Amino acid sequence: MKCASLAVFLAVAATLSGQAASAQTLKTIKDRGQLSCGVSQGLPGFSAPDDKGNWTGIDVDVCRAIAAVVLDDPTKVKFVPLSAKDRFTALQSGEIDVLSRNTTWTVSRDTSLGANFTGVTYYDGQGFMVKKSLKVNSALELNSASVCVQTGTTTEQNLADFFKGNNMKYEVIAFGSIDEAVKAYESGRCDVFTDDASGLYASRLKLANPADHIVLPEIISKEPLGPMVRHGDDQWFDIVKWTLFAMINAEELGITQKNVDTMLKSDKPEMKRVLGTDGNLGEQLGLTKDWVVRIVKAVGNYGETFERNVGTGSPLGIARGVNNLWNKGGIQYAPPIR
Amino acid sequence: MSIAPRKPPLQFALRLKRALGGKTGWNGFAAQIAFAAILAWIAYEIVANARTNLETQHIASGFGFLNYNAGFDVNQSLIAYNNSDTYWRVFFVGLLNTILVSVIGIVFATVIGFIVALCRLSPNGVLSRIGGIYVEIVRNLPVLFQILFWYLAVLAALPAPRQSISIFSTFFLNNRGLIVPLPVSEPGLYPFLAALAAGIVVALGLRHHARRILFQRGHMIRIWPYVLGCLVGLPLASMLIFGWPFKLELPQLKGFNFAGGARIIPEFVALTVALSTYTGAFIAEIVRAGVMSVHKGQMEAGSSLGLSRAATLRLIVVPQAMRVIVPPLTSQYLNLTKNSSLAVAIGYPDLVSVFAGTAVSQTGQAIEIIAMTMGVYLLLSLTTSALMSIYGWRINRSMAA
Repeated sequence: MKCASLAVFLAVAATLSGQAASAQTLKTIKDRGQLSCGVSQGLPGFSAPDDKGNWTGIDVDVCRAIAAVVLDDPTKVKFVPLSAKDRFTALQSGEIDVLSRNTTWTVSRDTSLGANFTGVTYYDGQGFMVKKSLKVNSALELNSASVCVQTGTTTEQNLADFFKGNNMKYEVIAFGSIDEAVKAYESGRCDVFTDDASGLYASRLKLANPADHIVLPEIISKEPLGPMVRHGDDQWFDIVKWTLFAMINAEELGITQKNVDTMLKSDKPEMKRVLGTDGNLGEQLGLTKDWVVRIVKAVGNYGETFERNVGTGSPLGIARGVNNLWNKGGIQYAPPIR
Repeated sequence: MSIAPRKPPLQFALRLKRALGGKTGWNGFAAQIAFAAILAWIAYEIVANARTNLETQHIASGFGFLNYNAGFDVNQSLIAYNNSDTYWRVFFVGLLNTILVSVIGIVFATVIGFIVALCRLSPNGVLSRIGGIYVEIVRNLPVLFQILFWYLAVLAALPAPRQSISIFSTFFLNNRGLIVPLPVSEPGLYPFLAALAAGIVVALGLRHHARRILFQRGHMIRIWPYVLGCLVGLPLASMLIFGWPFKLELPQLKGFNFAGGARIIPEFVALTVALSTYTGAFIAEIVRAGVMSVHKGQMEAGSSLGLSRAATLRLIVVPQAMRVIVPPLTSQYLNLTKNSSLAVAIGYPDLVSVFAGTAVSQTGQAIEIIAMTMGVYLLLSLTTSALMSIYGWRINRSMAA
């Protein structure tokens, strides 16, 4: 009996010592044959399972694009739904290879968490949703309101800053998951529900009567949302970073899911470089020459992904706004592929 | 007549061997040392590995973060707290909220448990059937489900603040909680408290005296008029001399919510109700088992002495049952304390919600925070166990006497 428990102890110790930080993420994923991707527990437009159980959303498409370049198959992704407070621990412990879960890029998260942000998938900002019947038109009229929020997010701090900065009182009720927070808001426990504006639109769809609720015009914070990887593996960092950049560059060059095959025949030097018919840029990343082709075939370019998941072609119906390309009035800008 | 051979006293070396290795002697001693050494090595490996991994991944570590500003708000705090306080303060805010819900939950669970157990044991068929149904329904449903039920069911039934249910325009009930008048201290408070304390001391002294008379001379003396006089008369006298001990600040509807007065938040009520009814069902069974473990003859002996059923239960049966009840009762108290960590589901700001939740995701220092949180639960549980052990020991001692 004593021997058995000893053996268990030794096994635990061995596993722990085996978990030393490795710079082998790419190899591990190829050996496993599957990308492990941390997503939300269900935020329509970003990461949520559809009625057939397939994960969809802009964050999900980033994972699929990575799986396409690494494993040549956008379906080889294991989606791990994570609550806001568990997400970083899952990344730190190596349970997931990449966190693509509407996560705000801040300096503290970029440094002390032992992880790096690779780019911005969506430029967001925090807003407020209230019932129309309250007849409130501005966030500055929310003095003494009760506010429902999801715990473990930057939202809680922004909320405190906003109300303090405007000398207003409020009561915060923080819930473990977004669904619980929305349910409490709907039942009247709170006057206000606050989240990133995109999240407000997504949550409003889940309410019984979406038309009875409005999102107030004030945006009280900058919330650039993007994917994250662990420190210590620069090659993997580059791959995740350039997968998103490739999607944005593809939109800029007009490469779409439909026309990618005809574009392959193009003799424009830039097009040849990007699509890998010329040069070895993909191989420099540790990938294949046709990496951009794989991405576009799997999920389309950034604009296509946006429209399909959150844009006017989706139930959310969010305008491109700041998320448009830099040369079309937005701020989405990717370094060039050359 | 034979005399057993007298054993020679143990030699020093032999005694040492016994003390260190038990019956197996030096071999046992060596095995213990080896086992302890292996445990220490494993512990060291785990800590060293975790530290190296954290360093190579540049994850912040250490307890320095506790002095940083937390920057978020909490909706119920027993100590003064605002969003520019430190994580240390957040820790204590969460800890006190956990202790508050646990202590109040334990009190209610015990009361519910004893009442339901007495119902089940009652000779009245309807009462005992009701007790049985209560126990079987409540203890067979998952506790998280019950917490959510109480929270959402109660919230759904309550009106918005502007349509509050008003009770004498002093208490207001709505979906933001129960708003009660807040006592604000006046100059008369300290004399009032002193008078009350004096009253309690005198009353206890009287009770002691009455028991002594009863045990020594065997007759009961009537003390309750004096006790009542001390407990009510003294504070009343102080109020007449020094004025009101406190005045009540009445709540008033202002903007979205009430201003003034104190508020009991629905999250707290739902959690307390769910935990105490759930644990109460288990306690009822423990109490029933305890009472049934006391021999029937004890009850009959009580009646033959002319004691009423209530007096027999109180003086004879329950004290003996307590010996059986206390150990499993302690486990239920510990369960209740640990189950209070489900609070995060309904937004009650307990230790797990604010410290092991928000603070973890803001600082990313999961190892330190989770270790501290586990340490706190361990400490709370050990304290509860220790208090219950002392109680159990006192019962045993009084039974032996």
